[in-house]
Order: sequence, then C-alpha cells, then structure tokens
Amino acid sequence: MIGGLFIYNHKGEVLISRVYRDDIGRNAVDAFRVNVIHARQQVRSPVTNIARTSFFHVKRSNIWLAAVTKQNVNAAMVFEFLYKMCDVMAAYFGKISEENIKNNFVLIYELLDEILDFGYPQNSETGALKTFITQQGIKSQHQTKEEQSQITSQVTGQIGWRREGIKYRRNELFLDVLESVNLLMSPQGQVLSAHVSGRVVMKSYLSGMPECKFGMNDKIVIEKQGKGTADETSKRRPSAPAHSGKQSIAIDDCTFHQCVRLSKFDSERSISFIPPDGEFELMRYRTTKDIILPFRVIPLVREVGRTKLEVKVVIKSNFKPSLLAQKIEVRIPTPLNTSGVQVICMKGKAKYKASENAIVWKIKRMAGMKESQISAEIELLPTNDKKKWARPPISMNFEVPFAPSGLKVRYLKVFEPKLNYSDHDVIKWVRYIGRSGIYETRC
Amino acid sequence: MTDSKYFTTTKESALFPDVVNCMQTDNLELKKLVYLYLMNYAKSQPDMAIMAVNTFVKDCEDPNPLIRALAVRTMGCIRVDKITEYLCEPLRKCLKDEDPYVRKTAAVCVAKLHDINAQLVEDQGFLDTLKDLISDSNPMVVANAVAALSEIAESHPSSNLLDLNPQSINKLLTALNECTEWGQIFILDCLANYTPKDDREAQSICERVTPRLSHANSAVVLSAVKVLMKFMEMLSKDLDYYGTLLKKLAPPLVTLLSAEPELQYVALRNINLIVQKRPEILKHEMKVFFVKYNDPIYVKLEKLDIMIRLASQANIAQVLAELKEYATEVDVDFVRKAVRAIGRCAIKVEQSAERCVSTLLDLIQTKVNYVVQEAIVVIKDIFRKYPNKYESVIATLCENLDSLDEPEARAAMIWIVGEYAERIDNADELLESFLEGFHDESTQVQLQLLTAIVKLFLKKPTETQELVQQVLSLATQDSDNPDLRDRGYIYWRLLSTDPVAAKEVVLAEKPLISEETDLIEPTLLDELICYIGTLASVYHKPPSAFVEGGRGVVHKSLPPRTASSESTESPETAPAGAPSGEQPDVIPTQGDLLGDLLNLDLGPPVSGPPLATTSVQMGAVDLLGGGLDSLIGGPNFVAPPAAAVPANLGASMGSGLSDLFDLTSGVGTLSGSYVVPKAVWLPAMKAKGLEISGTFTRQVGSISMDLQLTNKALQVMTDFAIQFNRNSFGLAPAAPLQVHAPLSPNQTVEISLPLNTVGSVMKMEPLNNLQVAVKNNIDVFYFSTLYPLHILFVEDGKMDRQMFLATWKDIPNENEAQFQIRDCPLNAEAVSSRLQGSNIFTVAKRNVEAQDMLYQSLKLTNGIWVLAELRIQPGNPSFTLSLKCRAPEVSQHVYQAYETILKN
Repeated sequence: MIGGLFIYNHKGEVLISRVYRDDIGRNAVDAFRVNVIHARQQVRSPVTNIARTSFFHVKRSNIWLAAVTKQNVNAAMVFEFLYKMCDVMAAYFGKISEENIKNNFVLIYELLDEILDFGYPQNSETGALKTFITQQGIKSQHQTKEEQSQITSQVTGQIGWRREGIKYRRNELFLDVLESVNLLMSPQGQVLSAHVSGRVVMKSYLSGMPECKFGMNDKIVIEKQGKGTADETSKRRPSAPAHSGKQSIAIDDCTFHQCVRLSKFDSERSISFIPPDGEFELMRYRTTKDIILPFRVIPLVREVGRTKLEVKVVIKSNFKPSLLAQKIEVRIPTPLNTSGVQVICMKGKAKYKASENAIVWKIKRMAGMKESQISAEIELLPTNDKKKWARPPISMNFEVPFAPSGLKVRYLKVFEPKLNYSDHDVIKWVRYIGRSGIYETRC
Repeated sequence: MTDSKYFTTTKESALFPDVVNCMQTDNLELKKLVYLYLMNYAKSQPDMAIMAVNTFVKDCEDPNPLIRALAVRTMGCIRVDKITEYLCEPLRKCLKDEDPYVRKTAAVCVAKLHDINAQLVEDQGFLDTLKDLISDSNPMVVANAVAALSEIAESHPSSNLLDLNPQSINKLLTALNECTEWGQIFILDCLANYTPKDDREAQSICERVTPRLSHANSAVVLSAVKVLMKFMEMLSKDLDYYGTLLKKLAPPLVTLLSAEPELQYVALRNINLIVQKRPEILKHEMKVFFVKYNDPIYVKLEKLDIMIRLASQANIAQVLAELKEYATEVDVDFVRKAVRAIGRCAIKVEQSAERCVSTLLDLIQTKVNYVVQEAIVVIKDIFRKYPNKYESVIATLCENLDSLDEPEARAAMIWIVGEYAERIDNADELLESFLEGFHDESTQVQLQLLTAIVKLFLKKPTETQELVQQVLSLATQDSDNPDLRDRGYIYWRLLSTDPVAAKEVVLAEKPLISEETDLIEPTLLDELICYIGTLASVYHKPPSAFVEGGRGVVHKSLPPRTASSESTESPETAPAGAPSGEQPDVIPTQGDLLGDLLNLDLGPPVSGPPLATTSVQMGAVDLLGGGLDSLIGGPNFVAPPAAAVPANLGASMGSGLSDLFDLTSGVGTLSGSYVVPKAVWLPAMKAKGLEISGTFTRQVGSISMDLQLTNKALQVMTDFAIQFNRNSFGLAPAAPLQVHAPLSPNQTVEISLPLNTVGSVMKMEPLNNLQVAVKNNIDVFYFSTLYPLHILFVEDGKMDRQMFLATWKDIPNENEAQFQIRDCPLNAEAVSSRLQGSNIFTVAKRNVEAQDMLYQSLKLTNGIWVLAELRIQPGNPSFTLSLKCRAPEVSQHVYQAYETILKN
C-alpha cells in the first residue's frame, strides 16, 4: 500500500511530507527530488523506480504530488487516489498552489490522516469529510451524541455521499449534458477516428433521501421497450437538439458515480440512485457511432520554394441553421523558422502568435450550414536544418448548443416516499453543451 | 505553526514534554496535531512517549467515536515496543466497538500492529477477531478487514489466513455492492486470489463482478478485469457466457483511455498484457490506440506497442498510414519506435510486406539520420523473414552507408552486405572501408564484420584472401575481447581444416524469423495477468523483482481449466494458461548459442572480462600458424560445388538414401516433452502418513520432478528435504526442496523440483532406477522410482544428415537392436511430430515399397547419441524400430521411451 505522500513546489522543496509506513526512509523525499524533479528532462513515465522504491506522481500546475511505496501496490488505485486528493484539496481551499498549500497545511495533514490510514484509502467524499473536518475547527463538546453517530454512520455507511435530513423549500434539479467531440481527420477529409466522450452533471437541491431514476435515448433500452413514450423534461431549452430525426443512440460504454446501483444497471439497464446533495457527475459515456461532426476543416498547404508557405483553410458548419456555435477558434501551426505571416480572413479575427508557433483564428459566433475561409502567406527564414517540419495537425475549439452524440434525456423521475413532495413538484432543467475535445485535421 | 517545516526537522523533539501536556485538550483539531507530532517523534524519544500512553487509553474510551478512532489509529502508528503492549487492550475493545467508524479504524490497526510485532497479534487472537469482521454488517468495516487480512496473509503465504470459501466469497460479493470505491478495490483484489472449485462457481462470481466494469473509478474497473481474466481461464470456450464476457471486457478497457494520462499509462501497460493473453478481446479496437498529437510521450510509446500487437491483415492499411505519420514527429524515441513498428508490421502481416518496404524506402529518402539508421535495422529483419524478395533495395541502402554512426545500424548494414555479397559488386570495398577503424568499433559491429568478411570470402574466395586474413588476425591477435577472439579462432580453424564444412556452417540456411517479437514469456505472462492493475503489471516484472524481503513474493498463477462435468483430464491439457498449445517462435535474443554460431546474433553480446595473457595468445597463434598457410595457399582450398557433397556420400552408401534429404530443417519446438501421469511413489502407510506421488517433466531444456506431497497424518509436517542416491545419469536436485509452510493434516502441496545432471554417476540396475530419500520433521523415508528415459533427451539432439549416415555406418552391427511397437495407429507425420515434442528428431524420411522409413536421432544428457530407424507400414499398426548406439545398454530404455511417447 501507499507508504508515504509528498507534495513539492516547482523547485522541489517539500511542502507536505506524510509517511505512513516504516519501510519508507527519510531519504525517499530527496530521491524523488533529485531523480525526477531536478532531472530537467521530459517525464518519461509517471511511475519511477528508484532504488527499489516506486514513486507515482501527478502534477497540478507547478505542484508535484508524489505517492511512494515499496510494495506491489494497485497502481491504478494510487493514481485514482492522487486525483481524488487533488479534488478534495480543491474543494476545501480552491486552486492547488504553493501559497494555498502553505496556508492550509494543518488542514492538509488532518485530511491526509483521515483519507489515508496505513496507506489504505478511506472515505474521500468531500461531502462527508466536510461534516467533521472543518477549517474553523470544531470543539468536540459542542457536538451532540446524535450528531457524532450521524457523522460516523455517514462516513462508513452505504450512502456515504449524502447526509440525512436535508431540507429545501423549493425542490429543484439541473442536468447538464456536457459532451466533448474528438476527431482526427486526414487531409483528404477521411475520418480516421472520432468519438464523443460525454458527462451528465447533475446539480440537485432535493429534500430528504430522494430515489431518482434517469432515462435517456439509449438504443438498448429503447429497443427493449419498443416505441416508448418520450416524456421530455427539457424546459430551459424547449427546442429539441439538432438532428432530432435520430431516435436512439448506441452507447459504447458508460461509467457511473458511486451512488448509482451498478447491479441494477447491469441487469435492467436502468439508472437509479440517491444523489449527493449539490453538484456531482452522474455518469460518463462514450459513443463512436453516428456522431454529428459540427465542423469540417479543409486545409490546403502549399510550399512555394524554400522560404514561403501558402495556407488556405476552409471551415464548414454542419448543423441546423437556426443554431449558433460559439467561441470558435482555429489554430493553424506554423514552422519554427517563420519570419512573417500575412493573413486574410472573411470572418472573425486572425493573428499570428509567434510564441505559440501558430496562426490563431477566432470567430465569436457562427450559424449552422455556413462556411468561412482564411488564407495566409507564411514567410520562412532559410535554414540548414535537415529535418523536415513535422506539420502538426490543425486543431479547432468550439461550443455548440446540442449533443453531438445525439443523446437526449428522456426523463429524470424523483421519488421521496417519506416527505410529501412528488415528482411533479420538482423543477427540472436540462441543458446540452457540445464542446470540442481534441478536434484535429492533419494537413 | 504556519510552516510545514515544523514537521520535517528534528529539533522539535526537544519540545516533547510540553507537547504531550497538550494532549488532553478538548479541541479536536489541536489533539490531531499533537497526535501527528507523536507519530513523528515518539521513536526518537521512546521514554517520553510512555507519558502519552495514559491519554491514549483514556481517549480510547471517549464517548465521541471520532476521538476513540483517532486514538486507536494514532497508537498503531507509534512504533515503540513499550507502547505497543499497552495498545492491545484498547484495540480489543475497539474491534468490538458499537460504532462502525471505530471498528473500521481498528481493523486497519491490526495490520499496523502485525507490522510491528507479528507474534503479539497472533498470541492475542486478533486474527480471529479480524476474521469475524468479514461478516460485519457495515460494508466499510468488511472492506478494511479484508485489506488488513490480505496484507497479513501476504507475509504468511499458505497460512490459509483468509480462508476463502464459497460462503465467505458470498459475503464479500454482497459487501462489494455497498462499500466505497476504495473498499471495492480491496475486495476485488482479494477475490482475485481465490480459486473457484469449478467452472460453475467461476461463472457465478464473474456474473456478480461484471457490473463493476461500469464504475467511474478506473482502479475498480481494472481490478474487476483482473478477476474476470483470471476466472475466465476456468470457463469452457464453448460456453455462451464465455463469448458474452469477452464482449463485455472491451468497452471498459477502451474507456480507460479517456482517463487522465497517468491512468492511461497504467491502463495501456495492462492492455498490453491482456492483448497478449487474449488478443480476441480488442482486435476490433485498433483505432482507439491511434496516437494523439498531445499525448504525453509515455502514452504514445505504449499505444504504439499495442498497435503493432493488434495489426492484422484487416487493418494493416490504416496502421501503416498512421505509422508513416508518426515517423515525421519530433520526439526521437517515438519516431524510432514508429519506424521499427513499420518493419514489425512487414514481418507480421505478409501481405503488407511490400508496402512496408516501400514506406521504409520513402523514409530513408528523408535522410533524417536516425530514421535512416532505424530503417536499416528493421530492413535486415525483413530480409531474414522474406529472403530473396526485396534485395533490389540494397542499392538504396548502400547509398546511406556513410551516414550510419550507431553500432546497431552499422552492424545491420554489415550483415546485409555479407549476406548478399554475391549481388553487391563492391562488397569487398565496402567491408574493407569498415575494417579501417576496426578497433574503434563496438563489439557488436566487430563480430558482425568478422562474420560478414568470412561469408564474403566463402562466396568470392579468389579476390578476398587478403581481407579475410586481415580480419582474422585483427580479431584473434589484436583484440582483448574473448568473444571476438573465440569467434575468430572458430572461423580460422573451420577455414583451415575443412573449407567445405566452413561453408556449410557459415552459409547455412538460416531459420526464418517469425512474426512476434518482444512477447512476454508465457509463464511470466500468466503470472502478470494475476497482478493486473498493480505495479507488477506496470513494470512487466514479477513482484519479487522489485519488492524487498518476503512480502508480496508469493508466486501466483492462473487456475487450471476444470469442468465440473469431467472429473479428470489427460495430462497434456493440464498445464495452466497455455490454451493455444504451441508457443510462438521468438527472434533469438542474445545468449542463444545456436543462433550465435549460425551468425544470427542480433543483439550485442555481453562482453566478458578480457582475459588475455600473452602465453595463451602465443600458444594459440602457434597452433594456427600452419593452418593459416594452408588456408591461404593450399590447393584444396577452392570449395567443391556444394551440391556434390551429399550426392557423393549418398552414393557411397549404396542405397537409395540420397533422395532422403528434403526435409526442411527447423529449430526444435519449444514445447516440452510428454509427461507421464503422476504415480504414487511412496504410499502413506510406509511413511508415517506422508504420501508422495510424482512424475518427471522436461520443458525447454530443463528437467524437473513434479512432486505432490500429501499429509495424511494427524500432525503438522515441516522441515522437508530431499536427496538422491548416485545414479546412472547423474540426476540431482538443482535446488533444495522448498515447501514454504508447514504441511497441515489433509493438506496437499504441489512442488516442482528442478533437476540437473551434474550429480555423481553410478550405474544402476535397471539403468533408469532412481533412489530417493525424503526427510521431514518426523523421519527419513526412502523409495525408488524409475524415470522415463526421454526426460534426458536434449534439445540439440538433431544430427546432421551426413553425420547420421556416417555414424550409422560407423557403429558396429552387433550394437543394433530391433524392437516392435505394436498397436500404434498414428501415421508417419504424426509419429514424427509427436516424437519431436520429446526431442527425438527426424533427420530424414523416405518411402520404400509403400513403407515409410523415418531416420531419427536423439542425444542423452551425457552426450550419448542414439540413432533410430522406424519402419511404418500404412495400415499396419505395428512399427519396427531399429536402434543403433555406441552404448547398447540404453537401447532397451529408449525403446520404452518410444512406446510411452507414441502410445499416450
């Protein structure tokens, strides 16, 4: 199991050092600093073995978190734990920075003591932790006996993510379907790989211990039910997303928040759960079939002699004309020996950014079924560098108000048998946002 | 206290008494800090630490469960013996506390205490209490108890601490649905150590584990994959469920690739193992392993590896297009690996070879130095795989000769020049140019150059005498490297004594290399599958390679396939984890002696310490002095046409044997010999309750004795040891008998004892008699057993065809023995391949008057050759076996070996 946990600043100075096991010596802290942080080269592996001691590290901005062990631990678990640790710290004091860590170091030690015991991760749900690890410091005598046992039963209980007795005057929930669409396209316009990785994020403000059931246009469910009735819950955006002709979608795989009953999903494919209070990620999913690619990029790069490049890029939007895409950004890489660039674009603004070796073309808004074009002349310095320019792909960023996978929320039913509010009293909001993931076209 | 340094320097230990005084505070936050201080400094001031004991004990009874838990958690972390003693009572109370939070903390504390003082834990009976916690009503308590027990069990292998049985497994599976993500990991990792009793139980566990594949936590997913991969081994492939399970595994594995890069890396390293074990799972998922421009380098390299493993005829076009793209990237390591991958695709997918070669040529045209060098290295492999097919590209390669500066690329180029010397007009000039800086080259290049020039000489003897003389003297006289000198001398002697033989050896047809490279050795692979998700699977090394001490070094293996319907299975199918039967050929790596002599060396040999002393060198030169003269000037030196040689010999035999040599020579298969089923050697009645049964096996060149020890007495057995009496072939244990733990009553342990043949020799009657003494804490027992002779047949028992003819003639006729093998329904091919499995090699085969004649050779560990002629009449199940051997007494036993192998 995890033998110790160190946090370093960018210089390799130790900010936090917590050793859980006797087999980790004091010199382990230095070994990692010398061999990894000060190695001054690209990290070749997130797992390093130095003198029979293994170091797992992740980096958040310029802070290094390293878990260290001498045993054959579950490596996936260690990384999952490090991410979780970052989440917990962020939930307590915001951004993970050297200053924040120094200011909260008492709190961090307290957290480390609670979420890791003898190197075994324990309950790390922020909701539960916040009930008894508070920044103000709680006096033990101020808690009543009931409160104490409530805390401990929540930390260890089956529903560790929600406490009892939550009350809201207005029962309300928000569902965000957030998708990032990833594409790798060949210069000839052939799709090399495309997939959507989506998340359903839920914000719930519900009283009591509500039992929820979530339904979407999952092909397997729809086919099972025949033509099921679609009780639309979208209120915030009543217009159905683009390409509504598609009835159901094939989900390659999905994973759920720990509140979802997995065995029920496995047997009936129904998604039922008691949600944590506030915001959480209900599920993640991935689709690869019938993806709506919101944009198509058509590049044309011509080398004119040894000192000049001509680049022409056309982008075409491919969705309902009534919808608007936002925050469009096309990034056209330029060679390292670029000396000057002249750009002409029909729409938006384009600029050559020498520090990023790219032409960045920004368009605020663009409706569906339109196209736009940019052309650029790139002057090159003559070099004797034999190596050819690697021609990195043209990448794109955007945001569209529909789900490129075609996913639709069919219902989210809420039952709370003990309290007297019904599914109809709950105000529900659904929103779809499609963003670009790694959306690249080779040129 | 605003700076973390307060806890990392040692000056503060002076404040000990003052800090301990603060312990009794009511402020929980302050209390936690004081406890933290104690954990860090108690060890340096054990006497002072005693002062804290009272407060600890008091806190363990505090009405607030959080404080009780805090106290017991902290106490376990203070590694001071005196304190540990006081810990026992509070711990016992906390293990039975009414609050689950305290119980879950106490469960982990038992593991802590065990780490400090294992004996104390056992004496105090904490282990039993811990076992009871597995049935606790709270899932987190169960999870922590499982984690603690698993850890304690690791330091006591085979203590049966976890005592997994269908009932306790059921409890764990129930808790699995309810506990936190971390608890699920502990439970799944523990489940993976269980071996279900039959396929039905395995299936029902799999069914209850599969829902975990949809968990958001990647570690839960990977641990579930581990359980499934392991238990799948027990399921029959015909089962519908087996197919469903395979299909269910792919999507979650692909999903892992959208996690954070560090987790992707862990997942990819594991997928690499899974793809080798069960390629069918991900064969349609090639695209997800395409490299993204922004992937960290470690993810890119791993993806590339998996792409090659998944490459097949169906997707090769896509893969090649990708690889070509990668070859233009920035990172040098990545580009190199991409170029190498193109070559591996050519070797793996024959249909794509041509496209791969042209892609490589395009890359060579880029003139990027490291790309060119890498391309040449892989083209050499392609030549090995498809000889006489792509030699047209040699001209292009030669153009780039000057730009090669890495040893591996230079060596590869030299190999190509030497191998195709007859087609390269200026081969001698090219090689001569390398020779100028001979001493500055690395060993790898020197060895390759030596071989290449000898090859050139054998092909074009007239123009290159001076060159070969020069390289031989450079290698033998001016070099400090023993490998180089040895090889130089071997060539020199070969050339000076028998140029024909030299030609046969040096220009021998090389075995083709096969498709897969870098495969993990199957037994290691099976072990690593049991460690999916852990560090071992990331390093691709067994835990013993990086874990210190005894912890975690228990050897794990996949469960054997058992079906509830059939009780026993034939022993051939019994070895675990080898469903595909034959093992893939692998490009010979360094240290492969046979390959080395046949100049197949592809990796740099490990250079030994230079042991040159002048006297040795002088003597050697002297010995060869005359030889060299005859080598250079002798009239017998011009080699006769190679084809004439076997014809001549064949004619002198006077029988129609000359047509019998059209067998393709291949490297012997790696699979092991036939294994006789275990027999009881020592019945329990004769050995005070110890029953020993066993058999002998030979696998990949090593002999072992597979023993099964059963304790049928009522007392525990310990201190096992084994000894052999002197015997005919010097068989002796190569390692002491290792029975890791005491053998409790009714327990059976399986041990494979490696043997060697370097023990003392004494002729036994019968020849294959082996007398064994086994000792345990009760007594010493003796028994004798007969070993089948074929465990002594060595892998290089294939005799050259001419040698066979000569030896056959040479052995006097009175040494010939004839036997009948009756009732064997096999045909000649089947016989030949089955015997080959046990290292009896068919040298030649011919068909005379509708009879198949097989000429076979085998060699015993002590160097005795046995030649055999097997006559098979189609339709007649009786074979006639004639054996010729210089030591006729072995014939009878060889015949018995034939019988055993053919009839089972």
